[in-house]
Amino acid sequence: MGSGRLYAAVAAGGFRRYATYRTATLAGMFTNTVFGVILAYTYIALWDERPHLGGYDQSQALTYVWLGQALLMTMCVMGTGFEDELIERIRTGDIAIDLYRPADLQLWWLAQDMGRALFHLLGRGLIPVAVGAWLFDLTLPSSPVTWLAFLVAVALGMLVSYSFRFLVALTAFWLLDGAGIIQMAWLAGVFCSGMVLPLNVFPGLLGEVVRALPWAALIQAPADILLGEADPLGTFAFQAGWAVALLAVGRLLQAVATRRVVVQGG
Amino acid sequence: MRVGVRGERWDGGEGWDDGPLSRWERVSDGVRAYRMIAAMWIRSTMAYRASFVMTTLGNFVATCLDFLAIVLMFSQIERLGGYSLPEVAFLYGLSAVAFGIADLVVGSMDRLGRRVRDGTLDTLLVRPAPVLAQVAADRFALRRLGRITQGLLVLTYALLSLDGVQWTTAKVLLMPVMVVSGGAIFCAVFVGGAAFQFVARDASEVQNAFTYGGTTLLQYPPGLFAQDLVRGVTFVLPLAFVNWLPALYVLGRPYPLDLPEWVAFLPPLVAAGCCALAGLAWRAGLRSYRSTGS
Repeated sequence: MGSGRLYAAVAAGGFRRYATYRTATLAGMFTNTVFGVILAYTYIALWDERPHLGGYDQSQALTYVWLGQALLMTMCVMGTGFEDELIERIRTGDIAIDLYRPADLQLWWLAQDMGRALFHLLGRGLIPVAVGAWLFDLTLPSSPVTWLAFLVAVALGMLVSYSFRFLVALTAFWLLDGAGIIQMAWLAGVFCSGMVLPLNVFPGLLGEVVRALPWAALIQAPADILLGEADPLGTFAFQAGWAVALLAVGRLLQAVATRRVVVQGG
Repeated sequence: MRVGVRGERWDGGEGWDDGPLSRWERVSDGVRAYRMIAAMWIRSTMAYRASFVMTTLGNFVATCLDFLAIVLMFSQIERLGGYSLPEVAFLYGLSAVAFGIADLVVGSMDRLGRRVRDGTLDTLLVRPAPVLAQVAADRFALRRLGRITQGLLVLTYALLSLDGVQWTTAKVLLMPVMVVSGGAIFCAVFVGGAAFQFVARDASEVQNAFTYGGTTLLQYPPGLFAQDLVRGVTFVLPLAFVNWLPALYVLGRPYPLDLPEWVAFLPPLVAAGCCALAGLAWRAGLRSYRSTGS
């Protein structure tokens, strides 16, 4: 019970920490909106050429663009979440203090990251979608059940995103400098999450592969539920499967790292 | 406060033993400082060699994936907005190389807001070197060559596979001019954006909309976008001169907005104008700087 309250407080702290920077939030919204507009026009040209590409009509494709911009920060597709900080703590040796704390490393950062993700969903997600709906013709469902299913998929996506980035951060125990691995994660995230092009447009085998990878749980899965293109229960199972698997690997790696790696600093 | 006043001197405000000679000296001073700081950062990066290799490769692959997205689009269609894949690749390559040059030279300037926030800009103000050179060379990242390399590869592919272009001397000469001017225009956007951060501080992300957003926009034919957007990037923030107008001249394609043909040769002038304006903005920004005191 006590530890539940602890993690709730950490999550609230994560939310408030990001909510403090209001100018930065506004600036980010502006950038998301600009990118949304550019992508939307390219998608219009693409779907003009090939209507029903990937099973979407043009309006669904445009909705996908704006959902992608809304979820980009929430899912930390391009990084710059807690992992930068955790890597820095591992590099400087501050991690030794974290390991002394009466809280679990993985759960502590999970709570913190969920707080952040919730803030980004509200702070960075709502306005760009509203602007997108004002500028373009979007397909947004009217049924509250669909919206509820969408929110569940978003929550599961956050969990997958976190558990993957936790693994990325832990590699710093061995590599010390995280710049390279962060960039690799960023690359995989941008390409495989469907940020550049919806995953159902990817052709042939490449499409099959990217749709099965964990990044498909971040944007494609929630978007398909909102657009009514996917069965919610199957999607939830796919997302939850990856979350459990990645969290388990993270736990294992954490155990190995804390047991075998000598913490530097002093 | 005192520090701010001193900083102006180093960046060369008026009233400081002026004269044509000292102006040139200041420029060469700046270039020398830039070279030294950049060399220091290169040495520092090389300390973590595995990371350097990964980030350079990552930079290269990241931009490759960027282009792969366009290739994937063309796996489903023949033409995008009436343009073939080699034509889009031509626009893409020019935009990527021009942006890559600017990103390599002054790409670190988007960290200025952070320096203003945490007060480390003050350290730069008391050093005997132009602040602009110091901020531009800060965290100089050689890995950004990855982006330029990828842009050149795409451009080479475009040039090899484009058919139907009637090459003239003017068109051939326009190519390097376009890349250099385009790089200068993007540099001006970076510097102007940094100047804005003196005022906006936390709003550094706004800059990304114009730098990264700009290069993404220019990868696609102008005909895809709303007329008002094209007007904006022609007359307000003249990104259209980076590649759109000169490239359409080379490709022999109609211009947007019924512009006359000779605008294709304006990029050097536009670049010079942009750099002058960015320089003025930078001076104004630096002059308005008041340290946080921490």
